[in-house]
Amino acid sequence: MRVRPTRDVPAWVKLTALVGLAVQIAWGSLQPAPRAMAEDLPQPPSVNVLRLAALGEPIAAAKLLMLYIQAFDYRAGTRIPYRKLDYDALIGWLGRILNLDPAGQYPLWSAARLYAEVPDPDRQRKMLNFIYREYLADPNRRWPWLAHATIIAKHELKDLPLARKYAVALQKHTTDPNAPLWVKQMEPFILADMGELEQARILIGGLIASGQVKDRRDAELLKRRLEEIEERLKKAKR
Amino acid sequence: MSILPIARITLLEAVRSRLAWLIGAVLLFSLAIAGFLQQVAVIEAREIQAAIIAASVRACAVFFVVLFVVMSVVRESNDKFFELVLSQAMPRSSYLFGKFLGVAAAAAAIAVVLSVPVALFAPLARMPAWTLSLFGELLIMAAVSLFCVLTFNHVLTALSAAAAFYLLARSLAALRIIAETSEQTVALAPRLADWFIQGVALLMPRLDQMTQAGWLIDAAPDAAALASVLAQTVIYVTLILGAALFDLYRQDL
Repeated sequence: MRVRPTRDVPAWVKLTALVGLAVQIAWGSLQPAPRAMAEDLPQPPSVNVLRLAALGEPIAAAKLLMLYIQAFDYRAGTRIPYRKLDYDALIGWLGRILNLDPAGQYPLWSAARLYAEVPDPDRQRKMLNFIYREYLADPNRRWPWLAHATIIAKHELKDLPLARKYAVALQKHTTDPNAPLWVKQMEPFILADMGELEQARILIGGLIASGQVKDRRDAELLKRRLEEIEERLKKAKR
Repeated sequence: MSILPIARITLLEAVRSRLAWLIGAVLLFSLAIAGFLQQVAVIEAREIQAAIIAASVRACAVFFVVLFVVMSVVRESNDKFFELVLSQAMPRSSYLFGKFLGVAAAAAAIAVVLSVPVALFAPLARMPAWTLSLFGELLIMAAVSLFCVLTFNHVLTALSAAAAFYLLARSLAALRIIAETSEQTVALAPRLADWFIQGVALLMPRLDQMTQAGWLIDAAPDAAALASVLAQTVIYVTLILGAALFDLYRQDL
């Protein structure tokens, strides 16, 4: 279609379009920007409702939901992040997202690396418990997040029995050959920290004797740790 | 004035184009859905019925208005009716304003009739605000559809553009919330994406704030919210009709 030059357009039409554009931009900039406040995070609907809303695209819906959920109370650089978030609702959402997309790693990554690292022990425990539950559903895919949870339980919460519980689960259920050895052998180190030196010695000794440790540096590390434990045991007996 | 006859023809076309049958089908479908929801909902059955039927009829109303505008203008273009009208001693703006007025009248009827199934499950006092907002939303989409079809002159392109516009306008608030997470980052690409989304948001109507199901089941909109909806409707219709007129006057027919 041919077009006529702009000068052929009546001036009032140009003026209407320009004024309309200016007023719309002014109006738009006066409107408050939508924000996802922590208090606005609702309880999640059931998985079936989410599946219905996903219109046959549960994985795409899960990815989009994850991006949406992470915006709640997100303020980079704040002193206490996520302090107003309802963690029960949040865990509900993360669980639903995992139900929609079980292979997705984002929900558990967020749980371990964002929501479990808040300076609030109650919230941390809730999130670690969630990671543990979800790990048991698919250990070979989700071990990185329980391994991270074990470190948080040990170093941040200083809850060694909890860290040991996670370490035992990692050892018992993770069969992924790509999982590094340390992931499956965290328990003796935690036992040693707990003062259970005899048990730690037996576990590390058994591990070395089993020949499972193929890497030379790993084997040396274990031997050194075993010697340290034996030394501490001797001192304790004296 | 030649605006009113064109508006009347457009309204007559809407009446004769079996739009009423489609609306009747939506009414029946809404009642069937309501019956189904009554059976499956354990608690809050009326709230669930009101919310789902309101969301469904809202989408249907927009779909009907967009479809009607696009098909009507394309048909007139194919039948050379548009050229015939312009060959008369009348400005092009009369055609556009007449067309919009006719569609606005049809949209008012659609908004009122499709509010009936919602009113069966929502408090009656909440309905005027919801229906008025639906009418405003339909006016915006009627103007956008007119602009799209006059610009593209093709059914598929015009419908796709109008649908894309509607989906974007409805989801823009969520997109802005998601984009907000990149506000504090120093990386250029996410910041550019955020700025782009914020820029687009300035040019789009806040359809997410209009015709909310929450008005029926949670809290009614206050006067400020309703005034904001009306102001947005007036501003956006003016902008889009201005743009459509600009395009119409530039076409060398």
